[in-house]
Amino acid sequence: MSKTKLLLKNIDVEGIRFYETYRREGGYRSVEKALKTMSPDGIVDEVKKSGLRGRGGAGFPTGLKWSFLAKPTGVPRYLVVNADESEPGTFKDRYLMEFLPHLLIEGIIVSSFALGCNCSYIYIRGEYLWIAEILEQAISEAKNKGWLGKNILGTGFDCEIHVQLGAGAYICGEETALLESLEGKRGNPRIKPPFPAVKGLWDCPTVVNNVETIAAVVPIINDGGYEYAKIGIGKSTGTKLISACGNINKQGVYEIGMDISVEEFIYSDEYCGGIANGRKLKACIPGGSSVPILPANLLLKTTKGEQRMMTYESLSDGGFATGSMMGSGGFIVLDDKQCVVKHTYTLARFYRHESCGQCSPCREGTGWMEKILLKIENGKGNMSDIDLLWDIQRRIEGNTICPLGDAAAWPVAAAIRHFRDEFEWHITHPEMCLKKNFGIANYAKPIETVV
Amino acid sequence: MKFSEEKIKEVERIISRYPEGKQKSALLPVLHLAQQEFNGWLSTDTMNYVASLLKLEPIHVYEVATFYSMYNLKPVGKYMFEVCQTGPCMLNGSDETIKYIYEKLGIKPGETTADGLFTLKTVECLGACGYAPMMQMGKTYREHLTKEKIDAIIAECRNEIASKN
Ligand SMILES: Cc1cc2nc3c(=O)[nH]c(=O)nc-3n(C[C@H](O)[C@H](O)[C@H](O)COP(=O)(O)O)c2cc1C
Ligand code: SF4
Ligand code: FES
Repeated sequence: MSKTKLLLKNIDVEGIRFYETYRREGGYRSVEKALKTMSPDGIVDEVKKSGLRGRGGAGFPTGLKWSFLAKPTGVPRYLVVNADESEPGTFKDRYLMEFLPHLLIEGIIVSSFALGCNCSYIYIRGEYLWIAEILEQAISEAKNKGWLGKNILGTGFDCEIHVQLGAGAYICGEETALLESLEGKRGNPRIKPPFPAVKGLWDCPTVVNNVETIAAVVPIINDGGYEYAKIGIGKSTGTKLISACGNINKQGVYEIGMDISVEEFIYSDEYCGGIANGRKLKACIPGGSSVPILPANLLLKTTKGEQRMMTYESLSDGGFATGSMMGSGGFIVLDDKQCVVKHTYTLARFYRHESCGQCSPCREGTGWMEKILLKIENGKGNMSDIDLLWDIQRRIEGNTICPLGDAAAWPVAAAIRHFRDEFEWHITHPEMCLKKNFGIANYAKPIETVV
Repeated sequence: MKFSEEKIKEVERIISRYPEGKQKSALLPVLHLAQQEFNGWLSTDTMNYVASLLKLEPIHVYEVATFYSMYNLKPVGKYMFEVCQTGPCMLNGSDETIKYIYEKLGIKPGETTADGLFTLKTVECLGACGYAPMMQMGKTYREHLTKEKIDAIIAECRNEIASKN
């Protein structure tokens, strides 16, 4: 297993937030290399070779996405960095921007050069106000030193970066809602196509990428795409930031090579350090609140009996029946004293709160799911409510403009699929469920290998 | 109602970030600025002022202001305790945080103390899930909350007010 750190390798260097230290530690080398020795297409090729996949949640190959960018003459193109980070369980971009703002700026300059963008916006959630200030300060440092502005390094390339504050809306993390918001409107997702690559910000061709994705461009250019692709397994190349939270000993942000097992990630002292307070692992949502929850037994091993690894492929092994997803890397751990019904209720409430309201299945369905889950949690549900919940989530999925509908449906579906006993227990034990929880039950029992 | 000279400059600086004619994009940042300047919330007058400043229809400003959760459409206390209650925070005791604030200040989510000092609000995930339980207060995040820390924060606010009077 690799312990390689690419993004966070200098995180402990004192003063790395500031330009002088960052530069002394080798910062901005990738800008020199890219602008002076590479062509824009050469950079896109390098990113393709690296196998880098979008770190915002969908895992779409970055190089491929970049190659879709339309390039009509006389029309500006934009790079927009998605720093909206609002998916429950996810707090990695914040960490990167707060402590390594120059890494993001460096990545933006190189990416802008590759895409032919002269103006880039970092759309950051409004609550991260102090981080926006850190970014502004770093941008002005970089500008003073000639890394931003006109004719950078005498190459004729111009690049500006602006920070735009959101104002509290998870949906603005969805790329087209983000663009609407950046245009000064409500964050209502657009119908695709057209895709932002053709018609994005102010109808101009636009690339939207996650903070971590853009930061990863720096080591890819410094060391080459092939070097980056050597880390990891299969199509999960390079390193990934995982923000780990819930009932573990060491919550925090970890950079992992995508070649370690889920078990190692949870139990090794290098990472989460095991379950807190000597309790047992009950369940985990490995990729942010939108991805399916898994009971301990399915989390650690796939139904083929193989170790589950921290890779895109392994985390989704088994599909929705027995797998989950890498998502945004928001790793939420539940111990044996936690209630899956209650946890699912808080997520349903979250999605109801965050639905933009454009599509009726999402607007109405999220509210119904929240109400029914609260009823069950409080011991007031009926058996038929479980089927009703199932029916509602099924009718939302795939029937909406943007994927928030799916994101609201999946957690409920997975909770019922894997923890139906616990839902039923709430209904059959209305008095007891207010006082105690169902516990770990058989959720950690070894699974029988099929195949 | 008017921004100071200095704030007007800031508005101009914000508008200069966008291409010619796209000053609508300045709406979210300028609403933040207006909320800070005019008592922590957006009254109809404030929104109309922002509309005139950015040459937008007032209805457009209302539409936007009502969409985003950080804009307060009603008066709020001097200090807002915005406690996150989503899953990961719940796993680490956000329910107790909300309960304790109620015990200390006698306010439930959505309420303001009679002296107008404190408002309690529950919010959804603030991107601090690994540092739970937590709340936002103004510009800052207060993380790993305990009863002692909450006591200290309340005292800090009261002292700040006392030192101003
Ligand atoms: C409801 C919703 C919320 C999202 N939130 C974020 C977010 O906070 N940050 C992010 O980078 N991507 C988010 N995404 C994904 C973006 O739409 C987009 O795919 C991503 O920014 C692309 O960047 P990447 O390819 O670098 O991952 C969200 C998607 C949806 C549907
Ligand atoms: S799925 Fe939900 S959030 Fe997405 S556009 Fe429809 S109503 Fe809005
Ligand atoms: S769940 Fe509370 S900050 Fe994320």
